[in-house]
Amino acid sequence: MIPNPFETVKETVDVAPRVADEVKTTTCYMCACRCGIRVHLKNGAVRYIEGNPDHPVNKGVLCAKGSAGIMNHYSPARLTKPLKRVGARGSGEFEEIEWDEALALATEWLGEVRARDPRKLAFFTGRDQSQSLTGWWAAQYGTPNFAAHGGFCSVNMAAAGLYTLGGAFWEFGEPDWDRTRYFMLFGVAEDHDSNPIKIGLGKMRTRGDAKFVSINPVRTGYSAIADEWIGLRPGTDGLFVFALIHELLRAEKVDFAYLGRYTNSAWLVIDAPGEADDGLFARNADGDPLVWDAETGGLHPALSAASPVLVGARTLEDGRKAVPVFELMARRYLRDEHSPDAVAERVGISAATIRRIAAELAEAAFEQEIVVEQPWTDWLGRRHDRIVGRPVSMHGMRGISAHSNGFHTCRAIHLLQALLGSVDTPGGWRYKAPFPKPIPPGPKPAGVTTAPNTPLGGMPIGNPTGPEDLIVDDAGQPLRIDKAYSWEHPLAAHGLMHMVLHNAWAGDPYPVDVLMMYMANMAWNSSMNVPATIKYLTDKNPDGSYKIPKFIYADAFASETVAYADLVLPDTTYLERWDCISLLDRPISSAHGPGDAIRQPVCAPDRDVRPFQEVLIDLGARLQLPGFAHEDGTPKYPGGYPDYIVNHQRGPGIGPLAGWRGDGDSFGRGEPNPDQLDRYIENGCFCAQDFPDDAQYMKPFNRAYLDYAHRMGWMPSAEPVIFQLYSETLQKFRLAARGHGAHQPPPEHRDRVAQYFDPLPFWYAPFEEAALEGGDFPIHAITQRPMHMYHSWGSQNAWLRQITSKNRLFIHDDLADALGVRDEDWIWVHGHVGKLRCRARRMRGTNPSTVWTWNAIGKRKGAWGLSQAAPEASDGFLLNHVISDLLPEREGGHRYSNSDPVTGQAAWYDLRVRIERCEDQSAEGCVPAFEALDAPHPPPILQYGADVKADPCRAEGVPCREWIGNRHEYAASVEGLADGHGGDATPKLKAAE
Amino acid sequence: MTDLPEQTERKLGLVIDLDICVGCHACAVNCKEWNTGGHSGPLTDMSPYGDSPSGVWFNRIHTFEVNDPETGSGRTVHFPKSCLHCEDAPCVTVCPTGASYKREEDGIVLVNADICIGCKLCSWACPYGAREYDETEGVMKKCTLCVDKIYNDSLPEESRVPACVSTCPVGARSFGDLGDPDSDVSRLVEARGGFELMPEQDTRPVNRYLPPRPRKGPPPQEASGPAEDRAPRMLDHDGGDPDGAGLIARWIDRALSS
Repeated sequence: MIPNPFETVKETVDVAPRVADEVKTTTCYMCACRCGIRVHLKNGAVRYIEGNPDHPVNKGVLCAKGSAGIMNHYSPARLTKPLKRVGARGSGEFEEIEWDEALALATEWLGEVRARDPRKLAFFTGRDQSQSLTGWWAAQYGTPNFAAHGGFCSVNMAAAGLYTLGGAFWEFGEPDWDRTRYFMLFGVAEDHDSNPIKIGLGKMRTRGDAKFVSINPVRTGYSAIADEWIGLRPGTDGLFVFALIHELLRAEKVDFAYLGRYTNSAWLVIDAPGEADDGLFARNADGDPLVWDAETGGLHPALSAASPVLVGARTLEDGRKAVPVFELMARRYLRDEHSPDAVAERVGISAATIRRIAAELAEAAFEQEIVVEQPWTDWLGRRHDRIVGRPVSMHGMRGISAHSNGFHTCRAIHLLQALLGSVDTPGGWRYKAPFPKPIPPGPKPAGVTTAPNTPLGGMPIGNPTGPEDLIVDDAGQPLRIDKAYSWEHPLAAHGLMHMVLHNAWAGDPYPVDVLMMYMANMAWNSSMNVPATIKYLTDKNPDGSYKIPKFIYADAFASETVAYADLVLPDTTYLERWDCISLLDRPISSAHGPGDAIRQPVCAPDRDVRPFQEVLIDLGARLQLPGFAHEDGTPKYPGGYPDYIVNHQRGPGIGPLAGWRGDGDSFGRGEPNPDQLDRYIENGCFCAQDFPDDAQYMKPFNRAYLDYAHRMGWMPSAEPVIFQLYSETLQKFRLAARGHGAHQPPPEHRDRVAQYFDPLPFWYAPFEEAALEGGDFPIHAITQRPMHMYHSWGSQNAWLRQITSKNRLFIHDDLADALGVRDEDWIWVHGHVGKLRCRARRMRGTNPSTVWTWNAIGKRKGAWGLSQAAPEASDGFLLNHVISDLLPEREGGHRYSNSDPVTGQAAWYDLRVRIERCEDQSAEGCVPAFEALDAPHPPPILQYGADVKADPCRAEGVPCREWIGNRHEYAASVEGLADGHGGDATPKLKAAE
Repeated sequence: MTDLPEQTERKLGLVIDLDICVGCHACAVNCKEWNTGGHSGPLTDMSPYGDSPSGVWFNRIHTFEVNDPETGSGRTVHFPKSCLHCEDAPCVTVCPTGASYKREEDGIVLVNADICIGCKLCSWACPYGAREYDETEGVMKKCTLCVDKIYNDSLPEESRVPACVSTCPVGARSFGDLGDPDSDVSRLVEARGGFELMPEQDTRPVNRYLPPRPRKGPPPQEASGPAEDRAPRMLDHDGGDPDGAGLIARWIDRALSS
């Protein structure tokens, strides 16, 4: 029939198409957040990815990165086959080889080194989440030269937390979002725990009874919805926090009872200047630290004293004097140099504002106290009828961490939390399992002795408790390639991946033979001083050989680093692999209880690629590493990674996954269960438990929790975790630097160790700022992390790059006026090691002495499967190009890493610059521009979805339903709005009226 | 040139809370992901790996600063924007072929791609810039309010809401019948003072935005003026005690006498 041309054709809308043939659950890997996802598959292709509503991390939500997973999965930048370099390094000339040849070559290289000197393998991994496997592999191989990327990420937060509270921010703790009344967010933190933080912020603000203060030089991201933005000067957060502490102490608005019981505030510190134990804790014959106990009127072991006294010098049995920690703290932080008036100018925040914030903190902690009627018992068996909450919570990440004073600044934040008595109380910041742990957690790092064909005596990464635990030789010189755990960076608890290429190139402390890296873009945005780094990778000896002789690299995508590898092992995407998100590593626990998760392959690879973990286990067997091969030479895990996940035991009954162990009923401990992965898949690829009600809060001191944690194998004993506000560990290093003990630093490092190993947190100017004092670099330059890209491996993503494919340097209006800079002007940014050209953008929401840009947008021309004309290369830049990997030369010519002196954390945000408007505005393109890599010819048009469209109309559909965001929180304030949907929003415990 | 229904049985729409939107783009990307394989898909991308990547998006986030030159205070605003499914939708009435239409049963504004001639009159008519032209296919596309998702019983029940709504990490997006004054979304709009975007355009948009709530920020003028005038000591303490010596002595006395 011919349609009537005068009648509009009605569309028949297919409202209930069959979307998928199958929906599989797995765990997202578009960043480090580990959200649960449901992947809808149509004809074997990915139709749609959504958050898993049952999952404890994301409760059904999914961010921009996770939602763009399809574009990573089908990216044209994916590597397709093992590659062997045939041209010069950096030329990108490779030949494709078979896996047999690739693995044989790797085995030959690695086997030869292992038989000669296993230290000559440096094995470092990037943003992977399998460090309990990779670290164990390195230990079995026998090299101490292993770490993941934490050293250039946020080790300051990790180490400061672990050495102070036995737990850390990262994703290892969370504010009590349901109860907090005052939330302070320090620095850029749009990275780890991203969906949980967004969920929490949304709930907290919808509840409406909390104040959210963002302390950040830049007002973007989460700061945009803060009640108050404190736009301080970068690197001065410590000064700001000490001024708050100063005010709180002066007003006696600190929780004396909490400090006396749960922190080492009452512990007596020996006051004997010049003696070998000056500044250590006074201890009894059993080694127990002592306090003055008001109840018995004498010295008493700290952990069992009924009434520890916080002030007053005491005389020890040997006649010497000792002073409680609290008094030392009070004397320091009450000094006038810490007053708001003294720091206001340097911080860039008025003294009045600092005083008011201190008053608000006190008001929230002590006037808005929360009482939860839940009895609990402490480690001494003392029963408490209720839990008192001080509803002030804090979080911080890279913004605090990436300064050379970050360790002490983060300790200062933890000190503030403890003074307010808020840690792990209702409304405060709470630990997630397996934290808290002993301070610091064991074990110590191994690697002082190595031998051919011999595993390391322990794990290469650990936590030193004194100078005797350093990885140095008899002369005190570094034994690790990154100089971690040396006198230069004694508490380098995550290693210093950012120094590996420099040190291997310089042969300092020694050259390596094989460099093996995974998922770490060291030839680009993961390195400081990119031009120098490229030189380290390509520089040759007089005989024509490369200074770094062999470089094995595993990656799923054609990143900038691939071009420099000698052997490329192509990895799968996250939808094509098994993985475990383990309590041995970085689990998915919440404050309510422990959890872990898996990834399962939801698609089969369409290329000749293998998951790196699978390859590592295969190499382990080929190399006959004891953990990976039986004595008869056969592999221990012939089934590969899933076989390892199920059957590997790190201790008796403890393996990578905690759920459904033994006969399927055991959590935490139990024999390997061959059906374990099936149980995980049935449950949505995760396992989560709730702590008992009496173990939810006060965990470091709570008998019910401590027994539970000990039973799970998270703690070696059920001893309480008493906060180490004063760090005896730090004092031990300081004493060594003052010439005491068997392990002392070489003369050139003594002053530095003595200065920075202060047992109480303190503030000092970031190193670059101090070194350039008086020079012509008056402006701070930092980055912020775009929520839609950050940590997203392979940010060439076709959808995400439409949101950001070029970046600008943001400048405060007043500074821009002074410089004569308008929007989109080309400007030169001079650092002390080089300069870059980029475009400017003006704004007001930034500290006037600070410029900033989005992190990791700039790409090298031709990399990541992008065309030569991609704006990421011509109109995108990295601040990395002008960040020095080394500090300016000191007396004697020594140059320290541009890192924190305690932990080795890369000091990205210490950068100081000078800015000038380019005279020639017609010059186009960001500088430095690097030689183009061989670019592919990607498709000009993408119409994803056209071929996975649903089957034709099938049904009328069903009535639709409402959805209220944060319904649970709204239900309390909007009349007639019923509670209901809202995920796991209901607090576990009922608050008293 | 195309008629609007006299009235619709329901007025389905979105309520977007500007108080808590952090500008993360989750809604935009999850929308893209669902809809590129959905009713109005594909959401074509031009130059996806090349010099000027741009494509069809039904939902976009605009970020801008609002500054008060008087007080120096300011705010960074994240503003998600998609089709508002107007009751008096000018994109429909301007359509010469009937391709743009508003559904009687739920008020959703859709484009029938089969008869869209790609004349772009609707994108000129829409005051919100919410229309997206697909150059490759030569047709106009737009937010469907996930019409193929919200009624779809082949999906689990919790997925039967627009993609942007269920994926929003901060919970800033709600969905429901804004024509029913007793619906929860209507109650929410009422309680929070939800507003129409650009009411002067007389398009009667269905979607509502919830305004940012007053911030618990600093008192006015705190950062200027003499110190003592502007900052009463909210924490009582002895101001004349340099370095806290007296305070520590008092604590010690108290400890010794206890």
